[in-house]
Amino acid sequence: MSAQAGPDAKHGSANSARGGNKGIKEVGADRKEKTQGRSATLLIVPTMVVLAVVILYPVINAIIMSLEHDQGLDPVTGTFVAGGFAGLSNYAHWLFQQCTDPSGATVSCPPGTLGAQFWGATGVTFFFTVVTVFFETILGFWMALIMARAFRGRSVLRAAVLVPWAIPTAVTAKLWFFIFAFDGIVNTVLNTSILWTGSEGPARAAIIIADVWKTTPFMALLILAGLQMIPADIYEAAKVDGASTWQRFKLITLPLVKPALMVAILFRVLDALRMYDLPAIMTGGANGTTTLSILVVNQIRIGFNSAAALSTITFLIIFIVAFIFVRFLGANAVESASGGAKGKIK
Amino acid sequence: MPKKISRMLLPVATAATFALLLSACSGGSGGGGGGGGGAATENLDGRGPITYVQGKDNSDVVRPLIEKWNAAHPDEKVTFKEQSDNADQQHDDLVKNFQAKNVDYDVASVDVIWTAEFAAQGWLQPLKDTMAVSTEGMLPATVKTGTYRDVLYTLPQTSDGGMLYYRKDLVPTPPKTWDEMMSMCPIAKEKGIDCYAGQFAQYEGLTVNVAEAINSQGGTIVGSDGKATVNSAEAKAGLGNLVEAYKSGNIPKQALTYQEEQGRQSFEDGKLMFLRNWPYVYNLAKTDGSSTVKDTFGIAPLPGKDGPGASTLGGHNLGVSVYSKNKATAKDFLAFMTSEETQKFYSTQGSLAPVLESLYTDPTLVEKLPYLPVLLTSIQNAVPRPVTPFYPAVTQAIQQNSFAALQGTKTVDQALTDMEAAINTTVSK
Repeated sequence: MSAQAGPDAKHGSANSARGGNKGIKEVGADRKEKTQGRSATLLIVPTMVVLAVVILYPVINAIIMSLEHDQGLDPVTGTFVAGGFAGLSNYAHWLFQQCTDPSGATVSCPPGTLGAQFWGATGVTFFFTVVTVFFETILGFWMALIMARAFRGRSVLRAAVLVPWAIPTAVTAKLWFFIFAFDGIVNTVLNTSILWTGSEGPARAAIIIADVWKTTPFMALLILAGLQMIPADIYEAAKVDGASTWQRFKLITLPLVKPALMVAILFRVLDALRMYDLPAIMTGGANGTTTLSILVVNQIRIGFNSAAALSTITFLIIFIVAFIFVRFLGANAVESASGGAKGKIK
Repeated sequence: MPKKISRMLLPVATAATFALLLSACSGGSGGGGGGGGGAATENLDGRGPITYVQGKDNSDVVRPLIEKWNAAHPDEKVTFKEQSDNADQQHDDLVKNFQAKNVDYDVASVDVIWTAEFAAQGWLQPLKDTMAVSTEGMLPATVKTGTYRDVLYTLPQTSDGGMLYYRKDLVPTPPKTWDEMMSMCPIAKEKGIDCYAGQFAQYEGLTVNVAEAINSQGGTIVGSDGKATVNSAEAKAGLGNLVEAYKSGNIPKQALTYQEEQGRQSFEDGKLMFLRNWPYVYNLAKTDGSSTVKDTFGIAPLPGKDGPGASTLGGHNLGVSVYSKNKATAKDFLAFMTSEETQKFYSTQGSLAPVLESLYTDPTLVEKLPYLPVLLTSIQNAVPRPVTPFYPAVTQAIQQNSFAALQGTKTVDQALTDMEAAINTTVSK
């Protein structure tokens, strides 16, 4: 079934953009559902098993690990010993910034520990996400509108737009690192002497610029795919009816491209929430650019169990954000595909 | 039906999306406690083929050496396992394989700052009793980097230390003390160039520079019991020197973004009078086409309080895995890889500084690496970076707090108080 749903889903999602055909059931569908259901389950089982192995197991393992203390040093032998059951103290460590001082008392984590950086890193991560996705959406939409038109050299333009996306992020980051160096291109061209990677505001700006440059093509491409599913005759009909360009954009393009747009934004938000390589290479997380992922990686080198707790927290944060998107903002990455196919298949 | 499936699939498919997110996070699993207790007494007289693990062999020194070894030991052949050239990746690769008790990681090249961590995990074979190896003639500071709790775990192979590069056309005699160097800064100002720079961006290089500043004033960072000792008058004077110099402009403001390369660039461009850097800069500044200081720079030991300053140590040591099956062979290989002849080869072929004191005055080597005598002074006065199994956390505490002090968002006192507290909370988990 899922094989059929693929091509049909495209039309489906466009047609059902307003969710019009939800809950409609055809006569006689019940019996068909039963027999199909069994084979469908059989077909899905291998996938489910693979998913369980590669997703469920690591997630559960991480949660189990997060309930144990990091290994501590045996003061006599000087070797590491397992930390033992910790309950939720690893989570408290991050959420309430609780550390243990040499006398064994719980104190708030002093500056310079990773524990003290959790909320800062969360804030930075969301700041980057909101700002970069905002700019990427606006610019991506604009680029998609241009690319959707028929003109000479369109394929050249499409290829050119894709170049930043095709470059590995690590290379991009190194590139921008040099561009934003003190005697780099930016300072030379602007005739300024800003420490781009040496102070908070400019460092964040530099990372945002690099990220927008890199991922706008991705947005543009996803939106372009959405635009191309809108049948041209709708526009023709609207033109005949005398709709202005703005009206056509507002009343036809926007609503019909919305499902694709929401999916694109969802992908980008999830991607941006785990941003790692750009700040890691450009600033190393200095100057208020430590994201949650950087914090996790730093913590892994210090203690696995606290790192597992932090990963789990990060996972939950991203899960909640994605849930809000899917549930309330109608980013139907999953439902529009199968839901839309419903009417067509039968 | 499709609706039912879609409902069933929704959580799975959503989970699939998130699995991608997690993939970055679940890299290191199962960090079981120090497990090597029993393994350290096994296979001590085992002989047979072994594997040598090291980071990328950029100047092609390891392969010829291993060929030479293999020709002489046909029954105990060494296989070379080459890692990436990124230190963090090398570290994580070693951790992963030691955790898995991999018997194929017999001998490993260990960065000087990892010894304590690996030893505390019980992954390294103590080099004592039947495994004892000679450290005779090696510079004492380098042997210290391989020692954890008075037991030698890794054998020094190559060393590295900081040196002061200076413009001898502007300052005929190099400064011996920090204060003297600061008093020379007006000369740079007159010429319109910057006075002093090291590595002050927030990364490992900052730890190196701050540790040198603190050690040079007689301060320490971590005591022998692993507790912080950084909140002292000496440490305050050390960090205070850097902060003061930054405030007064003797350290230019862009130095806060400097790693090794940016400082070297500025020095070679003739825009910097004093530079603290590693020996690798010497050959580049002499031969780089773009270098404007080829004949006008000199080198000196780092300036200290009353005489030469305390450099931190770089370099690599060799350790034997407790899980190795052929430890007797590994021990012989260690001796081979640290022999005088091998070290000469390392120095001439790979430009890596030796650990044998006598080689620093060897005429043929000095001809090839003219900085060796200066480097010797540097290493003789060197203090290893904090020897603690919690090094990754300790270096974070140093970097973040000293960077804040340099930026001026924290006083030196506050930075040292925070540094002390941060180190103590991480070591008392």
